[in-house]
Amino acid sequence: MNADFLITFWISVKLATLTTIILFVIGIPLAYYLTYSKLRFKVVLQALISMPLVLPPSVLGFYLLLAFSPNYWFGNFLNSYFNVQLAFSFAGILIGSIIFNLPFMVNAIQSGFSNLPISLKDASYTLGKSRLTTIRKVLLPNIKPAMITGLCLTFAHTIGEFGVILMIGGNIPGKTRVASLAVYDEVQALNFDMANKYAIFLFLFSFVILLIVYSINREYLKWKRF
Amino acid sequence: MEEILIDLHVKKLIHTTNGDELLELKLTIPRFGFITFFGKSGVGKTTLLRMIAGLTNPDSGYIKVNNEIWFDSDKKINIKPQQRNIGFVFQDYALFPNMTVKEHLLYAQFYKERGYVSELLEIFHLKGLCERKPAKLSGGQQQRLAVARALARKPQILLLDEPLSALDNETRTILQDEILLAHEKFSATTLLVSHDINEVVKLSDYIYVIENGEINKQGCPKEIFNNTKFQVLAQVLKIEGTILTISANDTITKIEVSEFEIRDLKVNDKILIPTKIVNPMILRINTS
Repeated sequence: MNADFLITFWISVKLATLTTIILFVIGIPLAYYLTYSKLRFKVVLQALISMPLVLPPSVLGFYLLLAFSPNYWFGNFLNSYFNVQLAFSFAGILIGSIIFNLPFMVNAIQSGFSNLPISLKDASYTLGKSRLTTIRKVLLPNIKPAMITGLCLTFAHTIGEFGVILMIGGNIPGKTRVASLAVYDEVQALNFDMANKYAIFLFLFSFVILLIVYSINREYLKWKRF
Repeated sequence: MEEILIDLHVKKLIHTTNGDELLELKLTIPRFGFITFFGKSGVGKTTLLRMIAGLTNPDSGYIKVNNEIWFDSDKKINIKPQQRNIGFVFQDYALFPNMTVKEHLLYAQFYKERGYVSELLEIFHLKGLCERKPAKLSGGQQQRLAVARALARKPQILLLDEPLSALDNETRTILQDEILLAHEKFSATTLLVSHDINEVVKLSDYIYVIENGEINKQGCPKEIFNNTKFQVLAQVLKIEGTILTISANDTITKIEVSEFEIRDLKVNDKILIPTKIVNPMILRINTS
């Protein structure tokens, strides 16, 4: 096992961990809003959040690349005011993967919220508890399986992300080259042996994550029956 | 004269199976009373409780409690449910699956008083079940917990939305007694929504009958339900000549009627049979 292999995997894991943590923090309020808001506007938001499920990753990657490029106003603005260059950087692929994984986190948590009887929230309100206390003490503890599903799926999906990262990350070894890109890269260079190593690792890794999700949910359902 | 606790006049368009209907209710509730809203399902009884609780907003009108305005569409006042000192028992109980019996009561308390929690546990026979979560309680125990939780913050108004409809008759009777006991002990003003006549007569001091979006009748149970005659409500199942097969009180029986009486009757009609019993013989059937 060489240093390149380890670094590439480390970048994959770092990207997936950060994406998951950040999405968890923004996913909960978004999912809450989408479940309980009565505004019509929320369908538009819902559609936007789910776009990455149907959009080719290259399309999203292409627009993000344009946005991050210093030749256009947003990239130029970031560059001149904050001295930040997002294209072909780790921060760039992080933002890309946050946007791309939004539906995996938000939809999972949202389905958790909508499966709870609405009367739980009402009951907590009539007991004099604020919205924040209600979310923290009543709603979130009762959607643990949904939260675990969201966390694991986001993590696993980021590990397997390819298109967006290739478009905006540029496949720079030690910086933006992740394991999923490395497979493609090694195949291009006819290093089938190396490609196989990455591929087997990714395969096992994804399998274990999904195994964890399903066994936790199964245990939880068993427990709930009593 | 009794002191008035709640004074309200609200209008709200509600969606019923027969299309939209305007619900317009104007009523007052005396302090410490046990008041029942009686009527068919979908008539707006639950909506009324939810409006008092602040969970549903009236389209217009006002709700005054203790001379304090909780809702007023003209003055644009709408106090949040959290700030209305009420206890609400939901039809599905709305217990929190993640909390034990004791945690429910501690969560619900406004001022933490362990003594009061044990008192509630005692009254509602939940003492031995302290560490259990709702999924491990029977229907009756869940219902007791829902009432105990609603009382934990010492509400001035207790709102009960068909709290016993999911229980069997025996449990129902026991819980009716407990609710009555709690009502007297904690001197809350209790508002009950129900469509069970026995329950309503047993529990309430005063009844509002809601029908077609408005208060159709009001009075004490005697005035609303008691008739001087003893009568049976039945449904016509079959008509053969002048012999009717009817279903009354879960019993199928045949009665003979005159041709005059039968002339407009159809199968499925609901009929009222006043009986002229002068001196009925009564057999006691409960053995306990």
